[in-house]
Amino acid sequence: MTRYVVRRLLQAIPTLLGVSVISFALVYNSPGDPILIRTFDPNITQETREILRRQLGLDQHWSLQYIGWLTGITVRRGDVAEEFTRPETQCSFVAGLHTTFCDNGAGILRGDLGTSIATKQAVWDRLVERMPATFELGISALLVSLLLGVPLGVLSAVYQGSIFDNLVRVMAVIGNALPAFWFGLMLIFIFGVVLGWLPTGGRQTVSLTNEFDLGDRLRHLILPTMILAFGGIAGISRFMRTETLEVIRTDYIRTAKAKGIAASRVWFIHALRNALIPLMTILGPAILGVLSGAVITETIFSWPGMGRMTFSAAIQRDYPTVLGAVMFFALLTILGNVLSDILYGVVDPRVRLS
Amino acid sequence: MTVAQADSPALAALADDSQLQRAPRTYWSMALQTLRRDVVTLVALGFLVIMALLSLLAPVVSRGIGVGPNDTNLENAFQQPYLLPYMQWRVGQDSITAPTMLGKSAGIAHWLGTDQLGRDQLVRLLYGGRVSLGIAFAAATLTLLLGVSVGTIAGFFGGVVDDSIMWLINTLISIPSIYLLILVTAIFKPNPITLSLFLGLLGWFGTARLIRGNVFKVRELDFVLAARAVGARNMRLMLQHVIPNALPIIIVNAAIDIGVLILIESALSFLGLGVQPPTATWGSMLNRANNFLFLRDPETEVYLALHLLIGPGLLITLTVLALYLIGDGLRDALDPMMKNIR
Repeated sequence: MTRYVVRRLLQAIPTLLGVSVISFALVYNSPGDPILIRTFDPNITQETREILRRQLGLDQHWSLQYIGWLTGITVRRGDVAEEFTRPETQCSFVAGLHTTFCDNGAGILRGDLGTSIATKQAVWDRLVERMPATFELGISALLVSLLLGVPLGVLSAVYQGSIFDNLVRVMAVIGNALPAFWFGLMLIFIFGVVLGWLPTGGRQTVSLTNEFDLGDRLRHLILPTMILAFGGIAGISRFMRTETLEVIRTDYIRTAKAKGIAASRVWFIHALRNALIPLMTILGPAILGVLSGAVITETIFSWPGMGRMTFSAAIQRDYPTVLGAVMFFALLTILGNVLSDILYGVVDPRVRLS
Repeated sequence: MTVAQADSPALAALADDSQLQRAPRTYWSMALQTLRRDVVTLVALGFLVIMALLSLLAPVVSRGIGVGPNDTNLENAFQQPYLLPYMQWRVGQDSITAPTMLGKSAGIAHWLGTDQLGRDQLVRLLYGGRVSLGIAFAAATLTLLLGVSVGTIAGFFGGVVDDSIMWLINTLISIPSIYLLILVTAIFKPNPITLSLFLGLLGWFGTARLIRGNVFKVRELDFVLAARAVGARNMRLMLQHVIPNALPIIIVNAAIDIGVLILIESALSFLGLGVQPPTATWGSMLNRANNFLFLRDPETEVYLALHLLIGPGLLITLTVLALYLIGDGLRDALDPMMKNIR
């Protein structure tokens, strides 16, 4: 078991390395100049721009920038260090290669995601700042989808072929096809604009004191949770229906029925337990997927989460923020997949992890 | 049936009975037969065909109404749909509203109303359908081409080839695709062609994995071994024996893929990252409508942008729904094992 976990985690390293190369190459080979975009002031001369470019290391080939971003070690021809250096930077000049090597103590390998060009904050701090909002929304949506999706799916299998079953299945298909942005806008229009029952966006009502008000927070949470959970309910109910139908065709269910056990007990004790096992495989990625935010829902509802932050960073060409966020989300995705495989082995002893 | 039985005179007589003669049933004819009885799938297919035809004929409709997709008329912004007043006018209930609307719009009947710049909503919806459907179909074609070829190569050769391809796929799949797309589209402002390219190039990983799994199963089967024994080369084995066996999976996957791509394309357009204005797409039309949710007529208190909100969203939902239903129907029709279960 431990060996399996360790091996899976080791396998994640080349994957993460690949993610970093691909996203970095993509971002840094893109058109558009991050220096020009923040030096529109006509008083800034071309020389100042060049100095800024040099200070940020943006004048170098992207592969050298990549190494700097990854390890915190920058390489430059000549014996002059960068003008813009962190206090802890240590430089050494190797005369044989006519090159200066600088170690600025950062780099994502050491857990430093870099500094945002737009806000000058550390990228990790920006992410942490947005995490509570994303988690709040994601976890409530996940809970709602589980609490509604699982019973709907099982009941739909129990009453296979009934009107209820057909309704659930129709709802599941529609739930998959309904675009979140449209459904969100419709709900905002109905509940926020016409009826005026719920706020149209944001995480809380802005006030001078900014006091914590649970009722107000919950009211803001309802609509985005509904949007996010609707797709989840559709997916989970569909999944649970298939799994339950699979389980009830097995021999031990027939045995239980033959022994005369009450139908409800057969369904909810014997069948449900085993039908829940495969749910574990989608739960791991779902939990960590929740943590990487929901760009569209967060954008529609002006929800101050990580997804919306990454989206606006991409629009502003704030490369370090986008790259840092993408690396973080990729790490979550990979861990989610590993977690789901491990959970599968834990809940189902028949699965051998090898 | 053994040879001895077949030789018996009773069986020979049966074989001559014309009532027992019928055309052999192939896999595809059986699938077609199942499909023909599947009303839901047929309705979905009909909707999709009508939608595609209307989008293709958008210029004709546009000429018929007498207004182009980007013709603005600021005097006539936010006109409500003409359809209902027209019907009331025809049955003699309300003989004032419809002619007034026609007078305001210089004789042009805006069947589904106009947007904030007085552009005809119906014509824009049809032109938007062209973009959305066109991009989704083009991207799905690219996805299939890449996914099937890469998946087949990985599954067929196995070993180092498979390992390196799977490493690439696992890497690319680990980057949350929505962020990757936002990154790419925010950086390169795409036109319809480049957007289809991006969507196709970033969407084939799932298909490739699916095909690879299937190829793993098929390549061990006896008929592949037999073909190899007669001297068929790898290329022939893949094209003639392995890929045709994955065809049902490919077809079902294609239908669902197109639906997903329409959703992604409109989501990007909705975020303002897809095909740029003034070109109409369903997503960007919703994006505009979003800005006018609160707008009301000062006299009648009617919400002015409601028709702008409903049209594009309903079309996206129905088109994607149709594609998912077609995918489900095809899966049932193409899977002989399913018949026993349902």
